[in-house]
Amino acid sequence: MLNNIYNIFFIPEIFLACSSFVCLLFGLFLKKNAFRQTSNLAVLVLLLTILLVYYDNESNFANYKSLFSHSSFINFFKILALLGSIASIIISKDYFLGIKLKNFEIPVLFLFSTLGMMLMIASNNLMSMYLAIELQSLSLYVAAAIKRDSISSAESGVKYFILGALSSGILLYGFSLIYGFTGSMNFDDISFYLSKYDNLNLGLIFGLVFVMVGLAFKVSAVPFHMWTPDVYEGAPNSITGFFAIVPKIAAVALIYRFCLVPFENFYLEWSQIILFLSIASMFLGAIAAIAQSNIKRLLAYSSIGHIGYILIALVAANDDGIKATSIYMFSYMIMNVAIFAILLSLKVKNEYLFKISDLKGLSKSNPIVSLSISIIMLSMAGIPPFIGFFGKFYVFIAAIENELYVLSVLGVLASVISAFYYLRIIKIMYFDESKSEGIINFQISFQSKIILSLSLFLIICFIFYPSLLINISASLSI
Amino acid sequence: MIDWPLVSVIIFLPLIGALIILFIKEDEITSINIKWAALLATLGTFILSLILWLQFDYSNPSYQYEEKFRWFDDFNFFYHVGVDGISLFMILLSTFLTPLCILASWNNIKKRVKEYMLSFLFLETVMIGMFASIDILLFYIFFEAVLIPMYLIIGIWGGNRRIYASFKFFLYTLLGSVLMLIAIIVMYRNTSSMSIEFLQGNYFSYNTQLFLWLAFFASFAVKIPMWPFHTWLPDAHVEAPTAGSVILAGILLKMGGYGFIRFSLGMLPEATEFFIPLIMTLSIVAIVYTSLVALAQTDIKKLIAYSSVAHMGIVTIGIFLVNQQGLEGAMMQMISHGLVSAALFLCVGVIYDRMHTREIEFYGGLVQRMPHYATVFMIFMLGSVGLPGTSGFIGEFLVIVGAFKFSSYVVIGAAFGIILSAVYMLYLYKRIIFGTITNNKLTDILDINTREKIILIPLAISVILLGIFPNLFLDPMRLSLELIITNYEIANAK
Repeated sequence: MLNNIYNIFFIPEIFLACSSFVCLLFGLFLKKNAFRQTSNLAVLVLLLTILLVYYDNESNFANYKSLFSHSSFINFFKILALLGSIASIIISKDYFLGIKLKNFEIPVLFLFSTLGMMLMIASNNLMSMYLAIELQSLSLYVAAAIKRDSISSAESGVKYFILGALSSGILLYGFSLIYGFTGSMNFDDISFYLSKYDNLNLGLIFGLVFVMVGLAFKVSAVPFHMWTPDVYEGAPNSITGFFAIVPKIAAVALIYRFCLVPFENFYLEWSQIILFLSIASMFLGAIAAIAQSNIKRLLAYSSIGHIGYILIALVAANDDGIKATSIYMFSYMIMNVAIFAILLSLKVKNEYLFKISDLKGLSKSNPIVSLSISIIMLSMAGIPPFIGFFGKFYVFIAAIENELYVLSVLGVLASVISAFYYLRIIKIMYFDESKSEGIINFQISFQSKIILSLSLFLIICFIFYPSLLINISASLSI
Repeated sequence: MIDWPLVSVIIFLPLIGALIILFIKEDEITSINIKWAALLATLGTFILSLILWLQFDYSNPSYQYEEKFRWFDDFNFFYHVGVDGISLFMILLSTFLTPLCILASWNNIKKRVKEYMLSFLFLETVMIGMFASIDILLFYIFFEAVLIPMYLIIGIWGGNRRIYASFKFFLYTLLGSVLMLIAIIVMYRNTSSMSIEFLQGNYFSYNTQLFLWLAFFASFAVKIPMWPFHTWLPDAHVEAPTAGSVILAGILLKMGGYGFIRFSLGMLPEATEFFIPLIMTLSIVAIVYTSLVALAQTDIKKLIAYSSVAHMGIVTIGIFLVNQQGLEGAMMQMISHGLVSAALFLCVGVIYDRMHTREIEFYGGLVQRMPHYATVFMIFMLGSVGLPGTSGFIGEFLVIVGAFKFSSYVVIGAAFGIILSAVYMLYLYKRIIFGTITNNKLTDILDINTREKIILIPLAISVILLGIFPNLFLDPMRLSLELIITNYEIANAK
């Protein structure tokens, strides 16, 4: 028995939790370069956690009395979240040093938030799900407000906190209704209880709607998206990068599991909600982004639009849908990592860039960078031959498999609208004449360069060897 | 036969050239190296594509030089390329025009030579790839990827309103092609196949066919373009640099016609039968209306752009006649238009490079100073009008012969358009070339130089060759077209 006790540290979540505390102490006792060293340690910890997730098997302590679940889908999304987290820590390191924000707490906050996300993805119980969401969100509230002397950062932190708390309240209310009417918090038990009935009673429908509202807030689906542009804009760029890359992965996995595990037999009830969220997100994301002049707000609306496409795959609710989501989430993460790796290294007159018009003339002063941005933008717009196209393609395959013709046509129409603002960025870089050449500086550290080149490589070369990712995602089960 | 992957080499040779150019550092001196590299890559591609023609088996109606590799593990998508009689000349047209475009841009593109050449080489790869693909998804990827280089070419090196034109071009054509994506997925769902070869049959229920047909129509009608979806074309043509207009008129418009033959006729025969009256009406309106509009233009490029819409109207009539003469005529008209309109845009480019204006008013009496120019311009002008002995005649004649089997109203409409085309082209020629020089700025304009001769003379030769020996081109495509017609008739006979 004693041998087995130590095995507990090989459970990825426990390992990550303990290591996060170690990181915190490590940073606390370091006199010099605390931020840099803690970041490096955090990356190492996350890498080890990926290994543990990869070799994790179900026999490890039977998932704490079914508080958590274990499946290939969960593992895939955990690894995705961890990879996103590693990438965003690496690409943001120089930015933090550049704006002299050297709190070593930041990587630790990222670690805790990532831990929360892993638990979110795996949770199989309403209570553990709620706690995981809170762990994830609380770390992010602090991270958004980390630049204490900046009004906009504090504002975005408070805004995020208030709206987040509100949504958590609604979520909790929904949980209590579901618990009250089914008598259980466990996903499997709820599913078993509900399988006896043909339709949901009024209390459960209310519960379901409330939970959907809370989850829609977490994935920032329209009409619960209001916080996204403001928080993206106010928070320091690197924190925005983290927001854009990682939490969406966990929230999407969670909304999938919540819809498809306890409520899988009540497709009609939840699919109507998701259908509306999906269409609204795609169109609002596409239309609202057109008018933006701040690149972070633009990316916020772009991420809202992407969520719309992912929700199409959820409405499809078949194996192709799961495959489509994992491919889409992978491409979404890669594209966001790439674009933020660039944005965090661009300086205009020694200030970090935030206005789209600042990109003017970039194609002259920095042809490689502007070419990369163009490729990322075209990929986000879903133009072949880049990876973004295949994400959308699989989503539409899933939708048509389930005969959602109208939804797919609406989806492609929204993608045409959104192509406009992606193209606008290319237009600003290439077509507009600029008088102010050479003001833009591109300085990138060696590590971020590796991350950037790797993600660009994946964006461009996915088409040559798609089978690897597709085989993995085809084998996922929820 | 050839035992090495000839088609893939032709598709990807320009891309390899582009990769090499990517590593040449651009400055004043090395930009000449970039141009030479681009020219050699495109010339090499052209020479290789001639092998396709020389080794082509005329007695085989289906695909030749096939290459097939599994591409996606989970679906039946293949990297599947090959050439048949229909795509052979489309590929040749692309490989023939691209080196000419590179030559035409030799001196007048001064900024960002590297990006320019990269765009053109990438464009060539996707154009050839599109015509050579036998897998629909592959076709679609190439079909949409064309937008990227074209958007850049119009937007960076275009005229004053280039930004408006490039956005209009991109979004208009994207809107059409995304609907095609949905149609492709629906087709796959019904048949579990993405092979164009396999789907050339009648596999869909009547109602499904109608919807699929409309989705394909949305994308090809914008591309070809048919009235009333043509409004992007004059803007794109006028604002694009000369070489951009050449590719746009010479090849991109043919993607629409090619798509109609392969997809609408080949895969959705019953729906095609249903929609033929619509197409005929739109085509005749297009021919007459755009010819009249062309007559009123003051910008040379815009005039030629509208004439393209009218000529493409003849092509759509020919395609949807679905008989041997009609289809052969449509194919000939596409090849001829590819050469003639490309050449006309190059001719406009010649005087635009010298005077930097395209206003018809500005010119007049060019024959006094530029006799060689006047001669080649005349050949292309007559090709566009459809004078016997030029390539334009064969296509128009065959389409009209085919149309008599269908309806004499269509013949009247088409013939009226042809007369109008003579009117606006001759009127244009008279205003630019004939007369005495009234504008002082034109008194020391120079005649075409050697580089321009190298560009224009091959085009002039091929226009005449096509007009005198049409069988050289018709023989290889005949069986492939017959196959499509037979399938079509079997499907509609039941």
